[in-house]
Amino acid sequence: MTELGRVIPLRFDMSEMVRRSVATLYSHLVTRPTGQALRMGIEAQIAELGTMCLTVLDFSEVAVLDYSCADEVVAKLIKRFQREDRPVEAYFMARGIENRHQEAIDVVLGRQGLAITAELADGRVTLLGEASASELAAWNGLDALGRAAPEQVAEATRSPQAEINRALESLARRRVVARVDIPRTYFALRPLAAGSLSRS
Amino acid sequence: MKVITVPGTLDDRSFEQLASSLPPAQGERVLVDARRVRWVDPYGMLGLLALGQVLGDRAGPRERPRLQLPDSTEVVSYMGRMGFYNRAAALYEMHGAPRKQAEGTSDVLLEITPVTSHVDVHQIVDRVNERALTILTRQLLYPLNEAFQFSVMLSELCQNIIEHAGASGWVATQTYNWARRLGRKVVSIAVMDLGVGFHGSLGGEHAARYGERWSDASALQAAFIHGVTRFQDPGRGQGLQQIRRQTRRWDGWIAIRSGTARIADVPTWSDGTPLEEGLAPFPGTQISIILPSRVVDQGDPGRPEEGA
Repeated sequence: MTELGRVIPLRFDMSEMVRRSVATLYSHLVTRPTGQALRMGIEAQIAELGTMCLTVLDFSEVAVLDYSCADEVVAKLIKRFQREDRPVEAYFMARGIENRHQEAIDVVLGRQGLAITAELADGRVTLLGEASASELAAWNGLDALGRAAPEQVAEATRSPQAEINRALESLARRRVVARVDIPRTYFALRPLAAGSLSRS
Repeated sequence: MKVITVPGTLDDRSFEQLASSLPPAQGERVLVDARRVRWVDPYGMLGLLALGQVLGDRAGPRERPRLQLPDSTEVVSYMGRMGFYNRAAALYEMHGAPRKQAEGTSDVLLEITPVTSHVDVHQIVDRVNERALTILTRQLLYPLNEAFQFSVMLSELCQNIIEHAGASGWVATQTYNWARRLGRKVVSIAVMDLGVGFHGSLGGEHAARYGERWSDASALQAAFIHGVTRFQDPGRGQGLQQIRRQTRRWDGWIAIRSGTARIADVPTWSDGTPLEEGLAPFPGTQISIILPSRVVDQGDPGRPEEGA
């Protein structure tokens, strides 16, 4: 069976992290320097791992998240690992997303053509940021299947194969889904994070 | 001695009288006469501080302007609760200011607070968040999830000073009952700095493209309407856009004055003007936001429960 290989899970409690690495007295995720410091801390830990990882950014304990900080810590982090010179293969998920976080993340990602898989505080999973209709259909189909070949996603979503192929490729390039090439298989991040795939 | 008379009501509208009283060049000492003031809001108080700083910068430290405080003990006391005298002491020679700063009370959402660095922004959000949530949900009837956006607005507003003004500034917010003007409670936010203004901040990057049309008004329009910023980074320039969006969502008023122009999003309850040009020149940027309480129908599921 096609496997993605060893994916190291990394979880960052963003509220704890801001207290630990930025300013001991402050607990809110506001200002660009705060976001920069958080991002650099996360990047350093990912690089230190030196292997493929799925990074969960946990906002459960974050009360206030402003746009500037969201841009620095979420958008720029994703952009860094979209680049060809990324230190390792890394994928990102947001967790514990309340309404008060959702808009900031959605706006900063959407403005720059980025996206992230987000587990909402009520347990639902959604895609925040920019996604075309076919990307959204492909992402939903793949999320339901867990992992699948493009043909399976096309069948599940009842979409034209060529359209699904393009959408899945785009999602993989944008680090919203993971991919192995032989044979071509895509992995949704939520089940990957839950560990369900690594046990199969 | 030149005398600048402060109008009886001191807010964003009457601030224009102060700005137009500013002498083009300062050859003599200035007395700012606030004795007639009967009503002042955060914008008005920050306006007085800004005026004092401009006059002081022109005259030098030995010739600080004099401030004659309001005759109204109520106004004097309120200005004390807002922390006005702490800030004004460095800018004005004052007589009759209360020696001891009055304690802040529940009607003060955020006392006049200097904004000089990102650390100040953290402190402001830490200080105001809980209080703002209580006031916005209980008095303005905003849903809790939306009320968090108030701290986000404040954070972005203050960061604009640090990132763009090239100078420090102040922020203050306060709740009012606008019984006669609107028949509702409002929260008023004022933010001011004496930096380079929108024209100065954006000029290096965008003035050439505008040519002769480049002005205070066109700079404000570029930033306010089109989200233009001096940074190449596509992640920049969204703070102001989101502040506008949230203000509109709450049926609020936002106006930004910079240099000789003022631009605003005007809600239906206001008779304000979207764009004013040819105002008296005043350095920096002055922002006014008014957020009215939500009009809630009985039985509205979004209505917070009593005592929530």
